Amino acid sequence: MSADKHINILDFTIQSLLRRKFKNAGIILVFSFVIFIAGSILFLSYSFKREAVLILKDAPELIVQRTLAGRHELIPEKYAEIIARFPGVSDVSPRYWGYYYDSLVKANYTVISADRSLQTSNRLFRGQMPGEGDFGNAAIGRGIARARFIDIGDDVSLIAADGKVMDFRIAGIFESESELLTSDLIVMSRQDLSRLFGFPGGVATDLSVSVSNETEAPVIARKIRDRFPDTRPILRSEILRTYDAVFGWRSGLILTLFAGAMIAFIILAWDKATGLSAEEKKEIGILKAIGWETSDILEIKFWEGLVISLTSFLTGIILAYLHVYFLGASLFAPALKGWSVIYPEFRLAPFINMYQIATLMSLTVIPYIASTIIPSWKASITDPDEVVRG
Amino acid sequence: MILHPGILAILAGSGITLILLSSAAILGLKIVRKWDIRDSSEEQLALERRTYLVSTLVQYGLLFEVMALFLFIYTADDIHNLLVGAMCATGSLNANAFGFPALYFRVASLFLAAAWIALNHIDQKAEDYPLTKKKYAMLLFIIPVTFAGYILELRYFLNIEPNVITSCCGVLFSEGGTGAGSSLASLPAQTMKTAFFTLSLIMAASGISVIRTQRNPYAFFLAAVSFIYLIVSITSVISFISLYFYQLPTHHCPFDILQPEYYYIGYPLYASLFSGTFFGMMSGIIEPLKKIKSLSHIIPGLQRRWALFATSAIILFVIITLIPMVFSTFTLERY
Repeated sequence: MSADKHINILDFTIQSLLRRKFKNAGIILVFSFVIFIAGSILFLSYSFKREAVLILKDAPELIVQRTLAGRHELIPEKYAEIIARFPGVSDVSPRYWGYYYDSLVKANYTVISADRSLQTSNRLFRGQMPGEGDFGNAAIGRGIARARFIDIGDDVSLIAADGKVMDFRIAGIFESESELLTSDLIVMSRQDLSRLFGFPGGVATDLSVSVSNETEAPVIARKIRDRFPDTRPILRSEILRTYDAVFGWRSGLILTLFAGAMIAFIILAWDKATGLSAEEKKEIGILKAIGWETSDILEIKFWEGLVISLTSFLTGIILAYLHVYFLGASLFAPALKGWSVIYPEFRLAPFINMYQIATLMSLTVIPYIASTIIPSWKASITDPDEVVRG
Repeated sequence: MILHPGILAILAGSGITLILLSSAAILGLKIVRKWDIRDSSEEQLALERRTYLVSTLVQYGLLFEVMALFLFIYTADDIHNLLVGAMCATGSLNANAFGFPALYFRVASLFLAAAWIALNHIDQKAEDYPLTKKKYAMLLFIIPVTFAGYILELRYFLNIEPNVITSCCGVLFSEGGTGAGSSLASLPAQTMKTAFFTLSLIMAASGISVIRTQRNPYAFFLAAVSFIYLIVSITSVISFISLYFYQLPTHHCPFDILQPEYYYIGYPLYASLFSGTFFGMMSGIIEPLKKIKSLSHIIPGLQRRWALFATSAIILFVIITLIPMVFSTFTLERY
C-alpha cells in the first residue's frame, strides 16, 4: 500500500516535469554535457591503463639498462652472459634498438633488430620479416607506410650515423590490429642496425631478462644491481605501476581543471531550483491545500532530482561511451596520450566497471542532488493560503 | 597523491556529506534550545518546518555515506597497483597509519546516521514528537565522528606516495623498505568457526525471543549480542569465511569478495550482516523509550518488526557464508 503511494508520487512528478519540458530540458542538456566530459576522461584513462596492462603482459619480467652519468648508455653484451648464470634466471637476451629521426616527415621512428620473438609472432604481419644477416631488408609499421606513402616492395632510404644513405627494401608491413605497438616501428637485421646507428661492437641497447618465477624478479634485480652497480634494472611491475600512476594523475588533473565547469553547473542547478515560477508555487500551494503534507512535497522534489539526474547520467555516459570507443576520444585523447607525429590509429577496448560509474556519480550526481536540497525544502514549506491568494 | 579520479570523487562526495551533516547539526542546535511543542508561536512553527530540512539533510547524508564507503574500499583496491607489496585493498589501507582508522570511522558514522534516521522515524510516528530534543542533540555527537573520519581519510590519501620508477634507478632499491603489508592478522579458523556458528545460533534465538515477547531483558540481550556478533563476524570473515570464497588457505582479505571475480558476493554478505546487526542493536536501544507515554504503544510493534528484520538478515548472512563451505570441495580442515 505504501509502495503504491510512492509510485503515484513518482507518476505525478514525471507528469509535472513533462509539463515544464523546456525548463527541465535545459538542465538535463547541461548536466548531460557535464557528465559526458567527466565520463569521457574517466573511460579514456581506464582504457589506457587496461591497454598498458594487456600490452605489458608479454613484456620481459626484467629489463636491465646501463647508466652513465645518469643517462641511459649502451650495455656490454658480456653482462648478459654473467646475468644468465644467476640462479633463477631462465634467459637473457640483448636487445638492439634505437630512435631514428626522419627529417622528411619530421617524425621519430623506433628501429629494432629482428630477433627470435619477432619471428614467431607473425599473425599481425603481412609479408616477410627480415632475419639475422638479411641485409637491406626491413619491415615497417603502418604509421611509417602512411607517412612515406610506401608499400611492400618499395624502397626507403635512411641516413646512417656516418652520413651515408642506406637503402632498405620493404619486405613486410605490420597489420593495423597491432598499430598501438608497431605504428612507428622499423625492423631490420642486427648488422644493418649497427651500421645505421654506428654501434660499437659488443654492446646492446639493453638486456631483457626472463625469470622462471616472477615473484623472484625483485631479488634477481637486486643481485644484478649488486653485481653491476652501473645498471638500472626495471621490473615489469614497476612499468605497470608507473603507467597506472601517470594515467591516474593525468585524468585527475583534467578532472580538477574541470571542477570549475562543475561548480558553474551547480550554481545553475541551485538557481533553477530556487527560482520557482509563480505557477509552480501555486501548484505546491494547491497540493498542500488539498491535503498533501510537507514530506510528500519533499518526496516530489526527491523524485524530480532523481529523474533529472538519472536521465542526464545515462545520456551523458552513453555519449561518453560513443565518444571514447567509437570516435576515438577525439576531444581529450591528445591530453592523455601525449603527442607524436606518427600517431597510431587504434580503437580502445571498452572497459567499464562499477567503480567508474560510482566515481562518476560521486563527482556529478551527488553535488547536484546536494545543491537542490535547500531549495526543495524552501518550496515544500510554502504556505497554501499565501500562494493561492497570490 | 590526491589527483586520482577515485580519490577526488571520495573527497568531493564525503566533503559534501560533511557539509550536509554539519548544516543539519547547526540547524539542530537551535531546535534543541528553543523547541517547545506546546508553544504555538510563529517561531515554533518555523522550527517545526526546519525539522523537515534537517531530516532530509541527514537522509541524503546517509545515502552519500553508503556510496562513499564503497567508493573508499574500491579506491583502496584500485590504488594497490601503485604500492609495492600491496596485493589488494588490505595492502593499500596498510600503506600508512590512517587507512584502517579512516575505514572504521566511516563505518561508525554510517551506523550512527542510520540510527538517527531510525529515531527520526519513531519520533514522527508519535503525535507530540517526544524525541525531538534528544535526536537533535544526538546529531551533535555524529558530527565529530564524521569530521574525524574525513580528516583521517584526507591524511590517508595525502600520505600515500605511489612507488613509481624514478630517473635514477628502480624504486625497490632506493626505497629499502619492505613495502606495505598485504595481509591481516587472523585468528585460528577452527576456533573462530565454533565461535561464529555458536553465536549465530544465540543471535537467532534471541532474535526470535524478541519477536515473540518484546520484553525488557530479551531486547537488551539482543542488542548486546548483535554488537558482539558484528565484531565476531568481521573477524570470522577475515579468519575463515573469505578463505572459502577465494578457495585459498592463505588469502585473508575482507575486501576482495566485493570483486566481480567472486560474483560480488561481498555485497549481499556485508549488507545482510550490517543490516541484521543494526536492527538487532536498534531494537534494544529503543527499549528505554517505552517509558515515554506517547511512544509506549508504538515501540513494541517496532521492536517486533526490527527483531524480525535482524533475525532474517542474520539467517541470510549465515546461509551465504555456508554456500561455499557446503558446495565447494575446498576445506580448511587440514590447515
